[in-house]
Amino acid sequence: MILLHALAAAVIIACALYMILSRNLVRILLGLALMATGVNVMLFVVGGNGVRQPPLIRDGEQILGPSADPTSQALILTAIVIGFALTIVLATIVLRGWRSTGSLDARDLEATEQQRDAESIEPAS
Amino acid sequence: MNDAVTLLAPVAVPLSGAAIAALLRNHASLCRAWSGLMTVLTLLAAGALLARAIDPAPLAIVVFGGWPQGIGIGFAAWLPGAVLVVVVALVATAAAIFAIADIGARRRRAGYDALMLALVGAVNGALLTTDLFNLYVWFELALVAALGLILLDRRRHQVGGATRYAVFGMVGATAILAGIGLLYGATGTLDLASLAAILKTQPPSVATSVAAALLLSGFALKSGLAPFHVWLPASYASAPLTVAAVFAALMTKMGFYALLLVMAGVFGAGAAQLSPVIAILAAATMLLCALATLAQSDMRRLIGYHVVAQVGYMAAGLAIGSAAGLAAASFYMVHSMIVQANLFLGIGAIRRATGSWDLKRAGGMVRSDPMFVFLFAVPMLSLAGIPPLSGFWAKLFILRAAVAGGMGWMALVALIAAMLTIVSVANLWAEACWKASPIKRQARAIPHAMRAGMAVLSIATIAIGLFPQPLWIVAEASARALMELGQ
Repeated sequence: MILLHALAAAVIIACALYMILSRNLVRILLGLALMATGVNVMLFVVGGNGVRQPPLIRDGEQILGPSADPTSQALILTAIVIGFALTIVLATIVLRGWRSTGSLDARDLEATEQQRDAESIEPAS
Repeated sequence: MNDAVTLLAPVAVPLSGAAIAALLRNHASLCRAWSGLMTVLTLLAAGALLARAIDPAPLAIVVFGGWPQGIGIGFAAWLPGAVLVVVVALVATAAAIFAIADIGARRRRAGYDALMLALVGAVNGALLTTDLFNLYVWFELALVAALGLILLDRRRHQVGGATRYAVFGMVGATAILAGIGLLYGATGTLDLASLAAILKTQPPSVATSVAAALLLSGFALKSGLAPFHVWLPASYASAPLTVAAVFAALMTKMGFYALLLVMAGVFGAGAAQLSPVIAILAAATMLLCALATLAQSDMRRLIGYHVVAQVGYMAAGLAIGSAAGLAAASFYMVHSMIVQANLFLGIGAIRRATGSWDLKRAGGMVRSDPMFVFLFAVPMLSLAGIPPLSGFWAKLFILRAAVAGGMGWMALVALIAAMLTIVSVANLWAEACWKASPIKRQARAIPHAMRAGMAVLSIATIAIGLFPQPLWIVAEASARALMELGQ
């Protein structure tokens, strides 16, 4: 079971890396989101998924029996939230780029060295 | 309880300040005053933290949520972090002064103050945390704040710069997260000190080796080491100038601090098989980026490549791995943060006077503004490593550690890179300051706020140059703290 999950994570991350190498900005965006998912699957494997018992100490007992690892699940939840936020931020950047250049090709992204030095200096308030 | 306040203040003050600055952003002058106040308060809090950190009393540590130490997430005033918090606050203060002239009402309405305070809070959090996963969270928070800052003007080239930064930053962060996950699976803890203690006794396994490699590549990408440096000059150059100055000081050094903490502190001798890799990365960074500076005519890209080249020297200190090497790397971080920020502020002032980022169209600064040229000479000479400024000591410590550590070739590479740096700095000096201005019109006056912001950092550089002893003692204590992590 662990091997299956680990393989799934590896395949997802490999697909994600392939997509990030693309020139299409939306593919890069989806690739990054996919990569975050792949790493989350890996974090899930790391916690060990043999036991389904919640990590609660039974009434009247002193020690916790075998149980699922809550830390790795907390890590996954945090990583999902962060990955989601970053995906949204990158999506707005890509949208902004598409609106200003009309292109989703990474080669059309203007770099500073190509930029004419014509912008006016903003007057201080 | 007192320790808790000291430890939390450098993070809580800027973060809560950022929340209020976001509410005030439509009142530009009020917002400016508020963020200035918050920045000064952060500097005071950072000073108190450093005073506590160099105290011989037991390590100040606070763990949140009532967990015992080693399980919960906490903050600790350990040394390379605590001294860097002070430098972060100092750079933020200088940037806030400079921003009075550089950041106008439109950029403040776009959220400059809130984002900048959030960035400072996030960097401070990363410097103080005791938890590996928490470190990753602070990195992501800093990344989001940095993206907002690059996009302040929403120009087309800024979209290009921000996309580069976001894609490289997210790939690096994912590599870091994967490394953290593997390390957690192999050891069952995320607390840095417990990790170090477990890894010292446990023989290296496939999982820990892969985790070390992933963390190395992730943090190397964040700090801009050689094969991963291409995004950095492009995205820094597109940011507004004050923002670029703060990035140059904070972002790469935050990445390098994490690299130092994880490689020297957590893995310690266990990462010995990776130190040749770090050595090659360091040498390549120093040489390639110093060479690249010679080919630039845009001042922002020129300084951007210098920023990366300087990270190479710090990585050389890490690769040497001895106590002297780690102390030299810590010293170099402090020197470099102050100098790089000051250089960016300086070229911003030159741009204000001449109206161009292009070296060919700049010039005549010596005649038009000798006071500014004096302030700008300090970081330039320090970058070139001219005694008695801070850069001389920093380079000397690296060279001495390299020779003593049996890495003569590294010392040679550092010397060649230093020569190239001198050529580049001399070129910048001749083009921007000495040469008569190619444009006929009168150079514009540089605002006092810009000079005052630079003066803060120039004075700090001169102070370190004339009295390197206190900082060197702190750097040696930092190296000891890193090597003894987990004992």
